[in-house]
Amino acid sequence: MSERTSNRIFDIVNIVFVALFVLFCLAPFLHVIAVSLSSNRAITSGEVTIFPIEVNWDAYIKVFSDNAMIRSLIFTIVLTFATTVLCMLFTIAASYPLTKTNLKGRKFFMYVIIITMFFSGGIIPEYLLIRDLHMLNSVWSLILPGLVSPFNLIILISFFNNIPPSLEESAEIDGSSHFYTLMKIVLPLSMPVMATLSLFYAVGRWNGFQDSLMYINNPDLYPLQLKLFQMVQNNMVSELTQMEGANRTALTPESLKAATVIFATVPILAVYPWLQKYFVSGVMLGAVKG
Amino acid sequence: MSKATYFRRYWQLYALLSLPIIYFLIFRYGPMYGVQIAFKDFNLFKGIGGSEWIGFDAFREVFGMREFYTTLRNTFMLNFLDLLVSFPAPIILAIMLYEIKSVWFKKISQTILYIPHFISWVIIGGIVYQLFGNQSGMVNGVLEGMGLNPIPFLTEKNPWLITYLFTGIWQSAGWGTILYLAALTGVNKELFEAAEVDGATRLKKIRYITLPSIKPTIVTLLILNIGKMVTIGFDRPYIIGNTAVREYSDVLSTFVYRIGMESGQYTLATVVGLFQAVVGLVFILGSNYISKKVTGDGIL
Repeated sequence: MSERTSNRIFDIVNIVFVALFVLFCLAPFLHVIAVSLSSNRAITSGEVTIFPIEVNWDAYIKVFSDNAMIRSLIFTIVLTFATTVLCMLFTIAASYPLTKTNLKGRKFFMYVIIITMFFSGGIIPEYLLIRDLHMLNSVWSLILPGLVSPFNLIILISFFNNIPPSLEESAEIDGSSHFYTLMKIVLPLSMPVMATLSLFYAVGRWNGFQDSLMYINNPDLYPLQLKLFQMVQNNMVSELTQMEGANRTALTPESLKAATVIFATVPILAVYPWLQKYFVSGVMLGAVKG
Repeated sequence: MSKATYFRRYWQLYALLSLPIIYFLIFRYGPMYGVQIAFKDFNLFKGIGGSEWIGFDAFREVFGMREFYTTLRNTFMLNFLDLLVSFPAPIILAIMLYEIKSVWFKKISQTILYIPHFISWVIIGGIVYQLFGNQSGMVNGVLEGMGLNPIPFLTEKNPWLITYLFTGIWQSAGWGTILYLAALTGVNKELFEAAEVDGATRLKKIRYITLPSIKPTIVTLLILNIGKMVTIGFDRPYIIGNTAVREYSDVLSTFVYRIGMESGQYTLATVVGLFQAVVGLVFILGSNYISKKVTGDGIL
């Protein structure tokens, strides 16, 4: 076999393998989309794989006409947006001073922050704190506890450190204050990392679930993930009890559940392509220690 | 520089820093203060300060619980199996992506491969249920269509374990390639050319050039992963797990949630949480120490 043909074979096998893996990542989504668009008859008879059968939009119409679901979606969008903005403000406010090597106490503050990456009180003391601060059943319980991620902070510090110091120095000589330098020089140069960290915070909040499970009892404040969890969990439980011979409880139709899953996924997928080119560099920055 | 000029020059920086530091003191160090209830007979009405000290009584009780050892074993077991199957996946995938010449195919593949990382475990739970449910799941539908018996993916121990592990690969393999691909961009292209002159095949080039050049990354990530052996996220085992497979799916983090939040045994739950935090810290520091010894580079 000539070297050319063996190369060819290698390339083909390689591409087929990667394509299969891509399909493996994509297929579950395709299936859920197919279920959300299929008729209940086709779903229960097991005909639906990755193409919808007997296409209808009933499930989506139902999701969109469910006021509680729409309210939950809007609440989650606003919550995610507000959390991201606050997280970024706090992360920037902490990172910028910590890049100044002649700031007194810099090392101490770094330690104060870094220690929290390796040791935490655990969920029970956290819960008791939120309770003592009277933040149970309030949006603040979903925003404040995760305000600054030390990991993101380190990414930002190392990014700021890569900005040529001469830029800031010349601004300082021109009499610029620290606030001004930060706003007019440092931040405009940091847009890629800002986009990355915003994505990380936003995705974290959007996907966050344990805190709402612990802190929120009021259905008006249910984030989408908690609503979705109850829907899925409900079905899991009923399927289990059914096995044990109990009566079938009222099940959410599969198509409705699938439509809700898609409903909760689309917003992430909508922002994702815009930010993709940034986050790869963000992850690499994070990999290099601060 | 006098104190006054120093302050005049730097007060803005301290002002910026003050709010985040207050945040850390309240929301990160506050719970650390609360850890003392592990040594107290915690009473909700008397509060953290007012409850009575009981020393290590709660620790004795926890170490006498059979469930504690089950969840400890499960934590190790799930992490270890995950490491076994989920750790090599991104390495293989990264090498294969690296070998792809077509830029557009590579870009599209990467875009799709990263997506599952951004999907919440709740949604993944929903998808898993749609795919692997006993009655309504697609996979069992296909199996039945082929005249085979359905597999209880979610309700029996070993099939559940496989579902759990596969879900992990699905969620993180693509994302995990980023670091390896980054390491590969630094490889000197002349090495490949030289190998070609020597008549090396593609597989030989992978074996003698590509793999060795990402070896430091592999070793570092492996050591760090071993350091995370006792810390396990809450969402994945809680959502993918269920009562039928609790014998396997109950881990330290779900155990803490169950005895603390569901049964209200705050002291016992805090003890388990503290145990997990301390052992986790020892593991991380240990793995960092080993990482420094082996690769000359750690995380700290």
